[in-house]
Amino acid sequence: MIQARVLTKRYGPLVAVNGLSFEVLPGRVTGFLGPNGSGKSTTLRMVLGLDAPSSGTVTVNGRPYGLHRRPLREVGALLDAKAIHGGRSAYNHLLCLARANGISRDRVDEVLERVGMTSVAHKQAGTFSLGMGQRLGIAAALLGDPGVLLFDEPVNGLDPEGIVWIRTLMRSLAAEGRTVFVSSHLMSEMAITADHLIVIGQGRLIAETSMADFIRSSSQNHVRVRTPQPDELIRLLAAHGATTKADPGMDGALSVTGLDCPSIGDLAAAHHIGLRELSSQQPSLEDAFMEMTHDAVDYRAEVSPERALTGIGA
Amino acid sequence: MPSTTAPKFRPSARSLELEPDMTTLTPPASHPGATLRDRRPLFLDVLRSEWTKLRSVRSTYWILGAMAATTIGLGALLSAFYTLNYTTMSPADRAGFDPTRYALSGLLLAQLAIGALGVLVVTSEYGTGMIRTTFAAVPQRRLVLGAKALVFTAVTAVTGVISCFVAFFLSQAILSSHHLQATIAAPGVLRAVIGGGLYLAALGVLAVGIGAVIRHTAGAISTVFGLVLVVPIIVIFLPSSWSNGFGPYLPSNAGRAVFSVAQQPHTLAPWTGLAVFCAYTAATLLIAAVLLTRRDA
Repeated sequence: MIQARVLTKRYGPLVAVNGLSFEVLPGRVTGFLGPNGSGKSTTLRMVLGLDAPSSGTVTVNGRPYGLHRRPLREVGALLDAKAIHGGRSAYNHLLCLARANGISRDRVDEVLERVGMTSVAHKQAGTFSLGMGQRLGIAAALLGDPGVLLFDEPVNGLDPEGIVWIRTLMRSLAAEGRTVFVSSHLMSEMAITADHLIVIGQGRLIAETSMADFIRSSSQNHVRVRTPQPDELIRLLAAHGATTKADPGMDGALSVTGLDCPSIGDLAAAHHIGLRELSSQQPSLEDAFMEMTHDAVDYRAEVSPERALTGIGA
Repeated sequence: MPSTTAPKFRPSARSLELEPDMTTLTPPASHPGATLRDRRPLFLDVLRSEWTKLRSVRSTYWILGAMAATTIGLGALLSAFYTLNYTTMSPADRAGFDPTRYALSGLLLAQLAIGALGVLVVTSEYGTGMIRTTFAAVPQRRLVLGAKALVFTAVTAVTGVISCFVAFFLSQAILSSHHLQATIAAPGVLRAVIGGGLYLAALGVLAVGIGAVIRHTAGAISTVFGLVLVVPIIVIFLPSSWSNGFGPYLPSNAGRAVFSVAQQPHTLAPWTGLAVFCAYTAATLLIAAVLLTRRDA
């Protein structure tokens, strides 16, 4: 379990993470979402004790990371797949980490096999593709068989097969009762993988909620309709309290909010209006995310009060 | 809610298996967390890790090889030149010939190789980002620095001392054609040969410290080279009434005292010199240790 309490990180006048509090619980995949520069990586570095918080605390399994001895057996992390000495083989890279935490050589072979790298175990890491690097980073995270796993953008550079693989891996790790915390900017991927979401913008918590609730909370639930008699249908639906507008960028389709599919279908049939398409549109995680972080992103484009006060902005 | 229905995570039995040499001490299965590995000093694990790091990259072998080759090769080459020209030399040139100094002349070049390798031991991790992986594995950062320094001292002391002995005996064999050789038993010779290797080791660790303070390869290597090559030259330009006072205490001058057979004027006694040099090294490591825990990785 990971617990952050009013975690704050300042770099001079810039506030990268601002009073962030959240909990990441075991047994599920928790997605960590936020626009670029929202403080995701800074937060993960603080979780791992690499960066010291300016104020606030973050603990893993009840203790600050720095107080763990041989932490790889409790926490595994994939931060940056390229953060490997290019002249060292995959096997030796993992062996260095294993040695430092009293993990056996057998386990190195085992994780290499689990990520499908046995055949390239003795090749220099510098020759690896980005996808291979990711696999090696994941092997390193799994090395100590930890109960808590952090992945920063794990699908970066993976091919479709690799993406399915890591999705399955994360889900199975969570199913085993582990805490899985994964940051990504790939919404569609996150929508499939994560059960729970922590959304941040501008270093602040925007939402901490289940994936289903997050999407449901979006105002963008609507019904998509196409008809050869749009004017009649718009008039009819307006009379029954629905708002209709042209679906942006679409082939003359209408976007209806305020009525569900069966009601629209029944109304159209009763008034002899032909329908060519009638479908309920679930907003994607992407839509919900854009809507939710819209303010945070907008805010960034202008001078933030903090910067203005210190005279750095504009 | 998934958090309540999911099984409580327990590490799999496989990963809790102790390393082969410790399997006889496997604790009861009912207490899987408290393995004996935890009771082994953490520093020992970190030492093994740093040793694995050093031995698993090719640059270590290349640079140590270059160090040995220059120590041995340059000593032998200069001794051979001296021998070839001996018959035509003026008595003034022949006077004050120190066969051990010729044998160990390669150290002046070898120290650059060791300085570079010492820096790389730390800065290659910063350059690649590996340092974050390292500190995530061992949050006790001072132990990492200590282990790097210790492993590197051991490796350079061994290769340095062996190189100096080979350089000495090879050069003396070459010089013996004109009966110019020194014997290892002559006063100060054994000390100078061993001292040469120890100087390399101490310089290497100084470079590790500088690497940890500066964290960038180019900057750190320039600093090391400046310290051993440029600073002594600058001092030459200063009025001798100044430089005679502090000149002997400069790192490189102090360090070199230990591999000179005869004590030169305005230099420290051999072991005093090495001690002063080691004090610089210790001070640098101390600064590095303080900065390492204060700075974000």
